[in-house]
Amino acid sequence: MSQTVNDRRPSSLQGATLPKWSPYAIAAGSIALGLGISAAAGLDSKIQWGLMAAVFFVAASYGIAAKVEGKRQAKDRVATSLVWVAFLLAVIPLVSLIWETVKRGVKVLDVYFLTHSMGLVTDTEPGGGIYHAILGTLEQVGIATVISVPIGILTAIYLVEYGRGRLAQAVTFFVDVMTGIPSIVAGLFVLSFWIIILDMGYSGFAGAMALTILMLPVIVRSTEEMLKLVPNELREASLALGVPKWRTITKVVLPTSIGGITTGVMLAIARITGETAPVLLLVWGSTFINTDPFDGPQASLPMYIYQQYANSGGSGAAYDRAWAAALTLIAFVMILNLAARGIARWKAPKTGR
Amino acid sequence: MDISTKKSDAPPPVSPPSETEQKRAARGVTRPGDRVFLGLSRGSGIFLLVIMAAIAAFLTYRSVIAISKDESNFLTTFEWNPTAVPPSFGIAVLVYGTVISSIIAMVIAVPIAVGIALFITHYAPRRLGGPLSYVIDLLAAVPSIVYGLWGALVLAPQLIGLFGWLDDYFGWTGILDWQGGAPRSLFTVGILLAIMILPIITSVSREVFRQAPQMHQEAALALGATRWEVIRMSVLPFGRSGVISASMLGLGRALGETMAVATVLSPSFEINASLLDPGGGTFAQNIASKFSEASEMGRDALIASGLVLFVITLLVNGGARMIIARRAEYSGANA
Amino acid sequence: MKLQRKNRLRALSLGAVAVSGALALTACGSDDTGTGSSDGSTTAANSSIKCDDAKGQLLANGSSAQKNAIDAWVKQFVTACKDVQINYKSEGSGAGVTAFTQGQVAFAGSDSALKPEEVTASKEVCKGGQGIDLPMVGGPIAVGYNVPGVEGLVLDAETLAKIFDSKISNWNDAAIAKLNPDAKLPDLKIQAFHRSDESGTTDNFTKYLIAAAPDQWKYEGGKAWQAKGGQSASGSSGVAQQVKQTSGAISYMELSYAKDGIASAKLDTGASAPVEATVENATTAIADAKIVGTGSDLALELNRATKADGAYPITLVTYEIVCDKGNKADTLAATKAFLTYIASEDGQKILAENDYAPIPEEIIAKVRTTVASLS
Repeated sequence: MSQTVNDRRPSSLQGATLPKWSPYAIAAGSIALGLGISAAAGLDSKIQWGLMAAVFFVAASYGIAAKVEGKRQAKDRVATSLVWVAFLLAVIPLVSLIWETVKRGVKVLDVYFLTHSMGLVTDTEPGGGIYHAILGTLEQVGIATVISVPIGILTAIYLVEYGRGRLAQAVTFFVDVMTGIPSIVAGLFVLSFWIIILDMGYSGFAGAMALTILMLPVIVRSTEEMLKLVPNELREASLALGVPKWRTITKVVLPTSIGGITTGVMLAIARITGETAPVLLLVWGSTFINTDPFDGPQASLPMYIYQQYANSGGSGAAYDRAWAAALTLIAFVMILNLAARGIARWKAPKTGR
Repeated sequence: MDISTKKSDAPPPVSPPSETEQKRAARGVTRPGDRVFLGLSRGSGIFLLVIMAAIAAFLTYRSVIAISKDESNFLTTFEWNPTAVPPSFGIAVLVYGTVISSIIAMVIAVPIAVGIALFITHYAPRRLGGPLSYVIDLLAAVPSIVYGLWGALVLAPQLIGLFGWLDDYFGWTGILDWQGGAPRSLFTVGILLAIMILPIITSVSREVFRQAPQMHQEAALALGATRWEVIRMSVLPFGRSGVISASMLGLGRALGETMAVATVLSPSFEINASLLDPGGGTFAQNIASKFSEASEMGRDALIASGLVLFVITLLVNGGARMIIARRAEYSGANA
Repeated sequence: MKLQRKNRLRALSLGAVAVSGALALTACGSDDTGTGSSDGSTTAANSSIKCDDAKGQLLANGSSAQKNAIDAWVKQFVTACKDVQINYKSEGSGAGVTAFTQGQVAFAGSDSALKPEEVTASKEVCKGGQGIDLPMVGGPIAVGYNVPGVEGLVLDAETLAKIFDSKISNWNDAAIAKLNPDAKLPDLKIQAFHRSDESGTTDNFTKYLIAAAPDQWKYEGGKAWQAKGGQSASGSSGVAQQVKQTSGAISYMELSYAKDGIASAKLDTGASAPVEATVENATTAIADAKIVGTGSDLALELNRATKADGAYPITLVTYEIVCDKGNKADTLAATKAFLTYIASEDGQKILAENDYAPIPEEIIAKVRTTVASLS
């Protein structure tokens, strides 16, 4: 760094700087240019003029800043604009996705839809609801979470805090393998062992077991990463005070990384909540309300979405229900996310950042 | 403070891991609580191993049945006819499709995701950063079937213009030649996968960047470094292993993505020279498409292909592990 | 420290709210009992349902082609017999048969009759008996297309085969023009879509091409699409959506999907006039079918090269598969009651309302006798 710092120092303390509004001006200019060229060349895709405008923006920022402020500042500006561009590029499809889901989903989404099951409503008829599916998903995901969060976090603790030797290597290896399990294969495994060999019958719990298999590696990997980031000084300080190691882990290491761990768990829940294939194989699906996850067929939201869509032909009552259920599923995970985030924030130690 | 000696590529680790190891070795006393806790965490690890071993045994058993009955070369055959007499199926098309679509997805997603993560942690106004990271997390929660519907109904029609443009200017390369079919090719799948794995890569990278030692950043700023220089010298090196790990999580999802690919791709058992023409297939998509109507033999064949997906994922993860291990000194803990 | 404790309290209370919320949720939902009788047949149908001592949960799995028919039947049946719950999962014929031979379901729905090795496998599940095919539902497979400005398109087997084998690639091709002298065929590329998943619909469609255009369609047929070229989509729904979205598209799908912007082509079978894909024409075609199953098995074989007037040859017959003897004791009564209902006159009558074709009287009569003898 010292080289860069020493190299070409401007004579005065404050070099020439571009006015604050310049990025906006450049942005406006490049969007106009992108639109102009698109119009001139007769291109009608929004993606194209967007990309063009982005390229112009980055190039213009560099050119202008290099001229006025010098190379280092120019690089900084390019980095800034690249980061902005990356952000905007990503936001466009994501916003479009949400927008489409909301637009198509609100048609049939109402209290009746949320509090009634499909019952005897056939797929071709309007009416019915997703209550049974919400209940099924809640229970299945809940069971999977209750099983896999402690096991996953403890495994990660083992790997980071204790892990040495063959066992740790084997666990690391198999966690990697597990991330690669196609979800349908996890479902098939549970189907063969639990339902066909042990003859336990289709149930929400069978689905929850497959979800656990899918959830575990995600939790282990992300928790591991977060625990590794806890500075060693903290551990050493605690150990030096005579605190036993397990207290150090539960009182110092875990609280420090709780934010990251929660994010990881949330991501894992998010991943399995949307799983269709294994659930389809294991919980069977039902149009009726079944509150007992351990006995009898249950429904689940992603499965409901999939089946309604697959039976709709792209329009009609089933199609509307599929989108409304998708919207509900997203909203459900969002609320869950918000709650967990709140808890993580309250529990996290104040770091002063 | 002598920053120049340390500047070359990374901030120093918080403390060398070896010290802790020595300390731990010196502390001979173990307390009951410690023993219980160690037992619990080790037990979890072993539990995980047992499940995995069971799955691996199950998969291998079924795969061996399938492959031993396969009359053609499992690795190089361009067709999938497990119910034919004699059965004949191979995974060449699936390997190609899976690898290509994942590469496209990673090339697009990783830089953008790192960009967003930096944006949230270092560029965005603080008030914007929180809600933003929340929105990104939320997007990881969108079920893949919804991404699939969106991809087929909204994204694909939008891509017609882009495909036409690529064909006009890069059609001569062969790989970007477009015959004018519906834009439901491996390239479309790659773009969709990129969008799908963006949130997951972003979330993890963001957490890692946030952990970058504040002192180094402040020191660099105090020396007159620009914001980009701070990031390049103290944030990125610190976060590298985290970003790689995040990318691997994303890649894992891209490799195994099922419903979205099955909805968007127009699959066929042939390899097209061009990325823009419909055709090809991925492991997970093939399993989902063929599974429900498959006979016992067909299921075994699909499981065998699932096993290959396993091995591919394993190789990728192994590679990532090696990269991370080489940079282990940047991690705060001693693993 | 104090602050932290307060936070813990808040977290706890949040958890409590979540849990009680979930409990409240459990309490407030209810099953939708349907929109009631929108048509006159509903009340009439109920009288013919004899519940006997049927109760409990019936699991069934299989063909998605008959899903809507089963839905309609289940609605009538369960309304009459409150003690029975029927869960039909439309995963696919193959999955249905597999689940059946593994003993997981009371009956399976399948678009194709059991194969010899599947019958052998079923003997393990059906103690002292074997799995049999009972034809219950028929349905026309429409050739849906989306060509602006063209209505009432007429095609024949040879042309269809050429289109789906990528030998004809433009809508203004001479072969199509010859069949449609009055239509204004545009200069538009043909986008032929097929199913990317394995399906009984594909099987029946290609069987027709093999029977009626053996010179043009050289593939061996089956549930997986075998011709090269063309584009594909997953499920009838996916295919229908692509046809809607793509100008110049053509594909095959169950009749109920060929709506909202998808027109179905008429077939020139050699009959006096081109045959439309309708429920009546499909019924006519099934009437021509002969029973090829042995014993109590009633597998049908359609005459796909038919030239009879008003017989639509691309027709699919789907079966319920049960054990003739050795059905599980706890589901036998309910299975028998349900199958008796769907084979009854009332059961068959509601099919047409859902774009399905009923099974002709002389065949369904045999089905009724067989159902009555199930044990």
